[in-house]
Amino acid sequence: MAFIPSGYYNPDKPMENRITDIGPRYYEEFLPPVIKNNKGKWLWHEILDPGVLMHKAESGDEVYTVRCGSPRLLSVETIREICEIADKHCDGYVRFTTRNNIEFMVDSKDKLDALKEDLSSRKHPGGSYKFPIGGTGAGITNIVHTQGWIHCHTPASDASGTVKVVMDELFEEFQQMKMPAKLRIAMACCLNMCGAVHCSDIAILGYHRKPPIIDHEWLENLCEIPLAVAACPTGAIRPTKTKITTESGEEKEVKTVAIKQERCMFCGNCYTMCPALPLADKEGDGLVIMAGGKISNRISQPKFSKVVVAFIPNEPPRWPTLAKVMRKIVEAYAKNARKYERLGDWAERIGWERFFEICDLEFTHHLIDDFRDPAYYTWRQTTQFKF
Amino acid sequence: MPKHETPLLDQLESGPWPSFVSEIKRQSEARHQKQNEVEYQIPVDVCDDVLGVLEMSYNDGTCHWKHGGIVGVFGYGGGVIGRYCDQPDKFPGVAHFHTVRVNQPAGKYYTTEYLRQLCDLWDFRGSGLTNMHGSTGDIVLLGTRTEQLEEIFGVLTHEMNQDLGGSGSNLRTPACCLGESRCEFACYDTQELCYQLTMEYQDELHRPAFPYKFKFKFDGCPNGCVASIARSDMSFIGTWRDEIRIDQEAVAAYIGGELKPNAGAHADGEWGPFDIQKEVIDLCPSQCMSLEDGKLVIDNKECVRCMHCINTMPRALRIGNDRGLSILVGAKAPILDGAQMSSLLVPFIKVEPPYDEIKEVIENVWDWWMEEGKNRERLGETIKRLSFQKLLEVTGIKPMPQHVQEPRHNPYIFWKEEEVPGGWQRDIKEFRKLHQR
Repeated sequence: MAFIPSGYYNPDKPMENRITDIGPRYYEEFLPPVIKNNKGKWLWHEILDPGVLMHKAESGDEVYTVRCGSPRLLSVETIREICEIADKHCDGYVRFTTRNNIEFMVDSKDKLDALKEDLSSRKHPGGSYKFPIGGTGAGITNIVHTQGWIHCHTPASDASGTVKVVMDELFEEFQQMKMPAKLRIAMACCLNMCGAVHCSDIAILGYHRKPPIIDHEWLENLCEIPLAVAACPTGAIRPTKTKITTESGEEKEVKTVAIKQERCMFCGNCYTMCPALPLADKEGDGLVIMAGGKISNRISQPKFSKVVVAFIPNEPPRWPTLAKVMRKIVEAYAKNARKYERLGDWAERIGWERFFEICDLEFTHHLIDDFRDPAYYTWRQTTQFKF
Repeated sequence: MPKHETPLLDQLESGPWPSFVSEIKRQSEARHQKQNEVEYQIPVDVCDDVLGVLEMSYNDGTCHWKHGGIVGVFGYGGGVIGRYCDQPDKFPGVAHFHTVRVNQPAGKYYTTEYLRQLCDLWDFRGSGLTNMHGSTGDIVLLGTRTEQLEEIFGVLTHEMNQDLGGSGSNLRTPACCLGESRCEFACYDTQELCYQLTMEYQDELHRPAFPYKFKFKFDGCPNGCVASIARSDMSFIGTWRDEIRIDQEAVAAYIGGELKPNAGAHADGEWGPFDIQKEVIDLCPSQCMSLEDGKLVIDNKECVRCMHCINTMPRALRIGNDRGLSILVGAKAPILDGAQMSSLLVPFIKVEPPYDEIKEVIENVWDWWMEEGKNRERLGETIKRLSFQKLLEVTGIKPMPQHVQEPRHNPYIFWKEEEVPGGWQRDIKEFRKLHQR
């Protein structure tokens, strides 16, 4: 494996011929002709089948879109296969959605069947679809998620694995539109929430439950102590000195930190600032389920997801408890909510006490907020409640 | 013969949903097959070792990636996330496994020509594994070694006319919904505004000078398909301020059952025939609609533009003609001080090149936040700490009822000295002339 330079970078003269700050490619270069010609002049759209959209333009032009799920993590081999499909059916254009679906577009209905057939026929050797069609309308679309154990340094769970399990469990809802309204699921593998799960209909959140271990011998070398102290939102960390026996047997006093453990709410922010404070742990880590959030302004206002299950253990590889709980909530919602009613609107209409009953979820003290001001606004200050 | 046994991960190859494990295995096989023809620039067994280290995580319930440290390309402070395995002896193929963020084209449309160029580059100089796309919107190229970074950047910029995205305490890669390109609801050209602001603020994107990350997201309408209201420090959400356009014939066709409500989104449910009173008029949050002599009447002044009626009857109702956007600020996930939703700052602004009015709002907010924001404090937290009034002051925006859900509950008003006649300085001797001790 010899190093082959690209020819564009000379370490002795790094500024030579350097091109910087050119930004992304201009999007217009990538628009399929029917999209480019009718941009800003679309009249209406219709969902012909789950995963198949038709948009009608003022000009009379039509564009047919076939939406497919993807595992987000894609090999370049599969992207080349996507290109092959797009070349064959879609004149070499393709797009991705915010929720990691792949969209293949054609400019006439005649081209639709061959495209759909082609996509549905492609499977991985393990048996999973490469390009399952679905994810539109009043159903469940692809789960947005984060990196998890595959690439991140702070996760409390895997993301790709939990998402695979839940999408397998709810696959028919991806390919159908029989929910009361759209149901959006998101997964974030730690509280940083790169996946912004805090406003999804149902959110799966990786969560730690043990305070950090302090690596006293290395802390001062790996961290800025004031930054680690300042990183803690509850003020649980303070600077201190302690006597240690090093790995080589030497007795010495080191500058380090002390942690008031009962104040720790396991956010992991200290670990992000100071790698000598790891907190991930097999038994300690697991999942939180949140529900009832939305970002759309449709009918009701955007709202946050609420914690409805305080802990589900990590059970790799197939997280059976997670799959069961997700199925339970989705079925209760599908059966009980009204048409157009998002999960959070349904829960608010029937009341959260009824939500826990119908969804058959246990209510524990962990679900009563105890974090600063937000807590007070969630306690009940009325005698209007249900038994 | 796989390099590592992965009995746990293998169980994630079954089931209908596309398997990420199959994706990694596919890339692994392709690399081994082609290793005599391609001179791979990072270890050929990188994908095998990704599987190996992940299997290890599945066994022991924690991840095996270390903090990134500082890696990147010359002159940039973002765009590359350093990543190292904490078991490099067992998995040398992923001892270094840095991520490269590539600034995606607005709306995420591609030509296959471009995607193939990207594949060739990443196959040759990286792991061949990608995320299409990361949560911020970037094309994420997963896993390469430090010495490849400049070469990758060189090829991206010289051959592909393509730049890196953002990471660290800077402007993160802006992202938008597909907007006018394929949606009749878009109230402005989200792609164009996203592109133009990305270009305008390249320096902020590549050279971290902020207290913490800062995100722009562009939603074409209040449906919010890129979730800007939940996850961007500055959300640009399309809206209009005149009248919803009504085609009464199409309204009648929905009532008569000739047109499918909600564009067919409920096709598989058993909901019975469409009932305009129950499904549209009664669900209107501002109760501004009625049916009079079979005609739909909207009191537009009372409309809050929630999109429900338009979503439900897209062939009968259309967004107004006087379009623009609302700017909301301060959304973030829980870390550090709890989750925040974006709050309305500018109810309406026209979207017209060169977007000077919008840029003025952005730059006023940045000037203030960069001066006052603490280390790792998102804009929303700075606003909470220093008050919304302060934000209005620094942006020169007049307070109005649209800024609040309801007026304050407590009367602890921070009057300023100049707002009170006579100021705050008083003479105790003058006071004592009238009041004994």
